[in-house]
Amino acid sequence: MHDNEHTSHHHEESFIRKYLFSLDHKMIGKQFLIYGLLMFFLGGGLALLFRWQLAYPDQPLPIIGASQQYMDEGEVVTGADRMWERIYESEKEEWLEINMPNGVVDPAFYNMLFTMHATVMVFFVVVPILVGAFGNFLIPLMIGTRDMAFPILNMLSFWFAVLAAVIMTIGFFVPGGHAAAGWTGYAPLSSDAQWTGVEWGQILWGLSLFVQGLSSLVGSINYITTIINMRAPGMTFFRLPLVIWSLFIVAILLLLAFPVLSSAIVLLVFDRLAGTTFFTTTAEGGGDPLLWQHLFWFFGHPEVYILILPGMGIASELVAVFSRKPIFGYRSMVYAMIAIAFLGWIVWGHHMFQSGMRPGLGSVFMTTTMLIAVPSAIKTFNWLGTMFKGSIRFTTPMLHAIAFVSMFVIGGLSGIYMANTPVDIFIHDTYYIVAHIHYVVFGGSLFAVFGGIIFWFPKMYGRYMNDTLSKIHFWLTFVAFNCTFFPMHILGVGGHMRRISNPMQYEFLQGFEGMNIFITMSAFTLGFAQLILVFNFFWSIFRGKVAEQNPWHVNTLEWEAPTPVPHGNFGQIPTVYRGPYEYSVPDEEDDWIPQTRPEHAPATGGD
Amino acid sequence: MLQWLPENVSTFGQGVDNLFYAIYYITLITLILVMATLITFLIKYRYQEGKKATYIEGSTTLEIVWTAATTVIVFVLAMFSYPQWNKIKSPTSFPENPDVVVQVSGKQFNWDMTYPGPDNEFGTDDDLTLENELHVPVNAVVHIQLTAVDVIHSFFVPQLRLKQDALPSRFIDMWFEATKAGRYEIPCAELCGFGHSGMLGYLNVHAQTDYDAWLQERWPQ
Ligand code: HEM
Ligand SMILES: [Cu+2]
Ligand SMILES: [Cu+2]
Repeated sequence: MHDNEHTSHHHEESFIRKYLFSLDHKMIGKQFLIYGLLMFFLGGGLALLFRWQLAYPDQPLPIIGASQQYMDEGEVVTGADRMWERIYESEKEEWLEINMPNGVVDPAFYNMLFTMHATVMVFFVVVPILVGAFGNFLIPLMIGTRDMAFPILNMLSFWFAVLAAVIMTIGFFVPGGHAAAGWTGYAPLSSDAQWTGVEWGQILWGLSLFVQGLSSLVGSINYITTIINMRAPGMTFFRLPLVIWSLFIVAILLLLAFPVLSSAIVLLVFDRLAGTTFFTTTAEGGGDPLLWQHLFWFFGHPEVYILILPGMGIASELVAVFSRKPIFGYRSMVYAMIAIAFLGWIVWGHHMFQSGMRPGLGSVFMTTTMLIAVPSAIKTFNWLGTMFKGSIRFTTPMLHAIAFVSMFVIGGLSGIYMANTPVDIFIHDTYYIVAHIHYVVFGGSLFAVFGGIIFWFPKMYGRYMNDTLSKIHFWLTFVAFNCTFFPMHILGVGGHMRRISNPMQYEFLQGFEGMNIFITMSAFTLGFAQLILVFNFFWSIFRGKVAEQNPWHVNTLEWEAPTPVPHGNFGQIPTVYRGPYEYSVPDEEDDWIPQTRPEHAPATGGD
Repeated sequence: MLQWLPENVSTFGQGVDNLFYAIYYITLITLILVMATLITFLIKYRYQEGKKATYIEGSTTLEIVWTAATTVIVFVLAMFSYPQWNKIKSPTSFPENPDVVVQVSGKQFNWDMTYPGPDNEFGTDDDLTLENELHVPVNAVVHIQLTAVDVIHSFFVPQLRLKQDALPSRFIDMWFEATKAGRYEIPCAELCGFGHSGMLGYLNVHAQTDYDAWLQERWPQ
């Protein structure tokens, strides 16, 4: 009754209402996606700058770097030399002059680069895409409702995120440079400007994350409410697709975890602006640097699961759809995610084994951390079980899902080394950790993101992405990714510390020069491969082949909606009669049964 | 992969390396099994004309088996790790009566090594502070009181398999016994500012006679 009125009430919306301050969950989802892809370039670019320095320490960057003659004799030979000449002659201190004189990355600038690389990737790329983009686009469509519970809050969530990105970007240009104390912002390095020379950068860093926290807060309340209250008739919790389960759990984690970071940031900013010394000790007393670490990681560990759970959800959808089989152990998949969500709160100390925390606690946190490896293993075995006796279609989204599973296995296994306190003594703060992070977050989450984008693109934009380009992008990414990050395990085993700008300063790292160069070349390949994805994405929005309503023959509700999905999503709110993974049911003609098909109804072909 | 580990020269280092190797083989075998299974499935169950997937919703037995199996493996690993960890990090289980006691203090961007001198007490006139050079005898128990003056640093000697963060205004105890004379690097492993890269001290492990000579030179009697 109300439903029909909603859709028939079709009116033209102004450009601003439709594309900028949209209240429609699908548009907000797409906004988050484009936002995340743009920030992906910022984050990636920062990484390439510091990778250059690691391979060729103290040598000028290609293209913008000054020539050898210019640096030695002041003789202008290249165009870049002319630029440097102009910069040095100008009266004011130019940004380039301070941060990379002659195109050589300065050590302080180096610290800023990796700090901001991680900050941008974690808070402005992976979470906005996984949670903001997929969460917004998929939740109402997959649970069968017309929009989010609070559309205005939803819009606010996006614009808070934009504000946060603007604040974060301003930080690059303030005197003293941007934050340079690591994405983990350990105090006292971060809490007093005298230790880094960074003035406003660190404060803007904090402020920006605080605003991003508001965005997450508003978003997560919305997701939780929507999933609890607005499921279509018949959509019980155990008929929810796993990706919705993962987003539901992530929303709860975000709701509870982010405020801890926000509070810690407020204390940090007080330390900086008012000298409150919450995180430093003074002669008369004061606080404790470890307090920051406890607060940060109490947030931080749930945060890393926020980064992976939606990826697991997406991979589960893709593996089931393209194996044409039900998810193996649907319920145990759900319980494993719930277990991760609980255990995730009691493992944070594994980031602090060597911090000076009481050693007895190290043993406790080792135990809980070992425990959390169990649900991760369960999920992996269930993905394998899903492929067992399937009929696997190697579509590009499926290739990404397979990459996700195999890369996550490597990342999960490397976690066991670090969870082991004695072994962690050696590999803590080395490239081993860097390898682990990237196997779980790039190899895991980002492959799921890529696969998800290609998979849902036809529903988002009514067109396919170009498959040849997608395949080239996949293989280049897969190979370059492994060439970039696998050798980092070896660097770590060799004792190569993370966060150093020049490994050649150390006798025991001399043997790693070649490996660092190899990693950097792979990283550049990896970076440039992403241009293919972004080109393909934007090109396909306008020029892609027009897609039908349900091209992959998927059961879940989003594919019941017409393409392109209209305002209000469904003509009639669908009724759900079965679980999301009824593929290859015996004695059925088709190998799929939409969730909306009633029990015992005569089989009807396709759509 | 583990041949990349730097040579071990501490008494407890072998224990760390053994765990490292154990985990390496366990994870390597797991990885190979999982990948082999994955690849077999991908080949065997690829889409073939006229062949339909088999409808399987799961298996409670299997779920229980692999949950139990992984739990057992990680717990056995943990059991072997507790004593090793305590041996290295827990002050109550350090060897008593150290041969040498030194205070090491990290500051932007150097390590200060302070010796108590012949009276064996810190804070007295015969203390000696050296920048970035730590001298100890081989096969002797060394206790270190680790601290920092400004920000957090981390004392790392790869060959000793020892790493410990240094916190401002706090002393953290550590110990080691080096088994081979030589000169080893002490990089700082925790980001401490723009000079973090290159913050580097040296651990000089001397044969006993050389060490005595060094003492004699520093505190002539
Ligand atoms: C099998 C499960 C896992 C285990 C046992 C595990 C264990 C650990 C441990 C012990 C550390 C701290 C190492 C150190 O600093 O010395 C760590 C770091 C880290 N882990 Fe995991 N982990 C697991 C899965 C994941 C997942 C799924 C993610 C994210 C998607 C993740 C992301 C990270 C990140 C980002 C860090 C480094 C943070 C930093 O210091 O910058 N881990 N992990
Ligand atoms: Cu963690
Ligand atoms: Cu340092």
